[in-house]
Amino acid sequence: MIKDAAVLDLSTPHTTRRPILLSRYAESLFWLARYMERIENQARVLDVTDTFVRHGADQTGWVSVVAINSDEERFFATQGEATARTVPGYYLLDRNNPTSIAFALFHARENARTLRPLISTEMWGHINVFYNQFSHITEADIQPSRLSGVCRFIKESCQTHSGITDGTLFRDQGWLFYCVGKFLERADQTSRLVDIKYHTLLPSLDDVGSALDVSQWHALLRAASGYHAFRRVYPSEMTPGLVAGFLLLNHSFPRSVVLCVRQLETYLTQLSAGHGLHGANAALERVDQLRATLLEDPIDVVLARGLHEFLDWVQVQLTGIGDAVATAFWDRPLGRKAQDQGAGGAPAALGQSQAG
Amino acid sequence: MPDEAGLLGGYAKGPFFCELMDCAAHDPAVALIAQRLAAMPPEELERRAGIAAAELYNQGITFTVYSDKDAIDRVLPFDLIPRVISAAEWEGLERGVRQRVAALNAFIHDVYHGQRILADGIVPAPLVLGNAAFRPEMVGLDVPHGTYVHICGIDVIRDQSGRFLVLEDNARTPSGVSYVLENRNMMRRIFPDLMDGIRVRRIGSYGMRLQQALAEIAPAGVDDPQVVLLSPGIYNSAYFEHIFLAREMGVPLVEGNDLVVEDGRVWMRTTEGLAPVHSIYRRLNDDFLDPDVFRPDSKLGVRGLMDVWRRGRVGLANAVGTGVADDKAIYAYMPRIIRYYLGEEPVLANVETHICAEPEGLAYTLENLERLVVKPVAESGGYGLIIGPHASRAELDTFRGRLIAQPDNYISQPVIGLSVSPTLANGKLLPRHVDLRPFAITGKSTWVLPGGLTRVALREGSLVVNSSQGGGSKDTWVLE
Repeated sequence: MIKDAAVLDLSTPHTTRRPILLSRYAESLFWLARYMERIENQARVLDVTDTFVRHGADQTGWVSVVAINSDEERFFATQGEATARTVPGYYLLDRNNPTSIAFALFHARENARTLRPLISTEMWGHINVFYNQFSHITEADIQPSRLSGVCRFIKESCQTHSGITDGTLFRDQGWLFYCVGKFLERADQTSRLVDIKYHTLLPSLDDVGSALDVSQWHALLRAASGYHAFRRVYPSEMTPGLVAGFLLLNHSFPRSVVLCVRQLETYLTQLSAGHGLHGANAALERVDQLRATLLEDPIDVVLARGLHEFLDWVQVQLTGIGDAVATAFWDRPLGRKAQDQGAGGAPAALGQSQAG
Repeated sequence: MPDEAGLLGGYAKGPFFCELMDCAAHDPAVALIAQRLAAMPPEELERRAGIAAAELYNQGITFTVYSDKDAIDRVLPFDLIPRVISAAEWEGLERGVRQRVAALNAFIHDVYHGQRILADGIVPAPLVLGNAAFRPEMVGLDVPHGTYVHICGIDVIRDQSGRFLVLEDNARTPSGVSYVLENRNMMRRIFPDLMDGIRVRRIGSYGMRLQQALAEIAPAGVDDPQVVLLSPGIYNSAYFEHIFLAREMGVPLVEGNDLVVEDGRVWMRTTEGLAPVHSIYRRLNDDFLDPDVFRPDSKLGVRGLMDVWRRGRVGLANAVGTGVADDKAIYAYMPRIIRYYLGEEPVLANVETHICAEPEGLAYTLENLERLVVKPVAESGGYGLIIGPHASRAELDTFRGRLIAQPDNYISQPVIGLSVSPTLANGKLLPRHVDLRPFAITGKSTWVLPGGLTRVALREGSLVVNSSQGGGSKDTWVLE
């Protein structure tokens, strides 16, 4: 057998080239992943809010959607009150709103269009069809009775995207940039969700132990698809601290901040060590620091010191990691003579930024 | 008999040559294709046409029109009835295309070197030297293998007698080849039963051939040259084709901002820093290529690129300045150009052409305006031309004034009754006019893609096949 293999090798001379990746493509992969992740999270939040508001459990629900997106000023200036009438339209269909799904999907597709030379035909085809189907959604389709179905369609489309990407995207450095964008966004979304919900749901003295109270913590877990996983870990209790701790620090829950940060570490390490892209080291140092801090104290200590301040700091760190990746790989001119090149030589910005 | 005629039962080709019916008469394979089409239930054809249209849209095989807020994707309409070319006919076409490409390259080399053809009075010097597409920067510059037109599209039509005639040469950045390949992919998916058992020449090697030609013009001494495709970007209406070709070649699609000139070489910005580029298939016009040399406001090009190319340190396809050869004014001289450089008779004739810059050409054109097609030189896209028989009295009068004012801007040709091909319309197969754009790739030598892009004028009676004016396309089958 060994001999055969050797003969085969000799008889099929071939040259392989180590795949290079344009900086512009790295940037687009990073943003494609972020936008798709953001769309999925936005759909989760809207879906769960809708369910619980309709069941009369959480009348502040629509306001908290605005808060999660840090949109208070812009939203109330243009939309008036936060209700079942104003919020879903603003966050689903309003293309002028940079935190809407319509906005994110448009940009996801434009990034995918830029990436068409690189990504699989299936990946592009699916996003294109998703976008075209989404474009047909009207105000009538997102009335309370139908909103949940629309959110399910959006979530499933994002999950299909993930599946196609997992099964078809070539596993060179481009894949790693995609994964970095995805987990950075997911960590950010989960931390925002916990930050806002924890404070709007903190029990008042009247509510402690009531049915109402528990159902709201259910909602938070469900928004992150974490309800059943939480039950498996904590079958007999549900306290605010346990829920926050689970969503932030559980090592096995796929949307927890800690798990996302560990994934970031893995992918950045592969870029640096596996592909020789030492530019990733600056981001990696920040990831290490973030992970260490996250694991330093148990959740009750964090809560005692102040969850909001802690999560604020986490979000600033995540932004810093994204900036470090951008600076190393696309935001500044690259090259042997990087210092000599003026700003005029930098790749054109794609007009993308972390919304909110 | 009516049963056997089936879907082609009421088909009336009129006075025109029919690509299917007239060829079926002396080619059994074409006859078999016609039979299979005739036997197809119309609703089945409609169903498949619907699948094809949806697939093109969903896969984004589209050209995109951008407005302020929106990106609107339009599909180039696809007709699922193929245009078939017999082996013998293709042999002549291919020979004609090769000859034409050889003459174009010889002509361009000459006008940028000795200008013998001008000195010998074969082509009037002002027509070349005063042409907007003439690039003084090219004078005296030698290009690898003497090849200027690496990718060439020659537009060919058939007259009522079935004779192939060249209508236009495209020597700058001809487009449309992606549709040739995608149309074939589509036919394999939705109409495999039509091709069953019929030997059709394969076209799938286009990307490899293109990559190879680009590697052949890379600077000497580079073992494994890095080829790139330079695109104006996602806002260009041909962006789909750029993506398609980059993928088929397995090379990066770059935009101007991805490239940089340093130390007398071209580099691209990658995650690892600058990586060398050896050969560029550019889909940018000359004007935008290098703001140092051409339009200084160009944001699409690469500063310093021309200088690197002139020093032979990067390959560029097509070369700069090829537009001087595919101008409609030069076109009229192509038969003479072929004889002059190659000492051969043209394999493919030109359409009879009158040059309005010449007094006798102008006089003839003015006298016969209602029977002629008058075309502006140095323009493309089918705009600004007038088709005499289809124009109103008032339109003709207005045009006559323009013609007298600026005769140098026009040529005229008789209206050719373009051949027709059965085309699906309203559940019937109806004759619609077609043309053909074969593509030739030239590095060290020339290779012609079997077939080419068949464009079809979908509106009844229309002779304009341009996609901007209601044209669609068909798969083109060259039989073995």
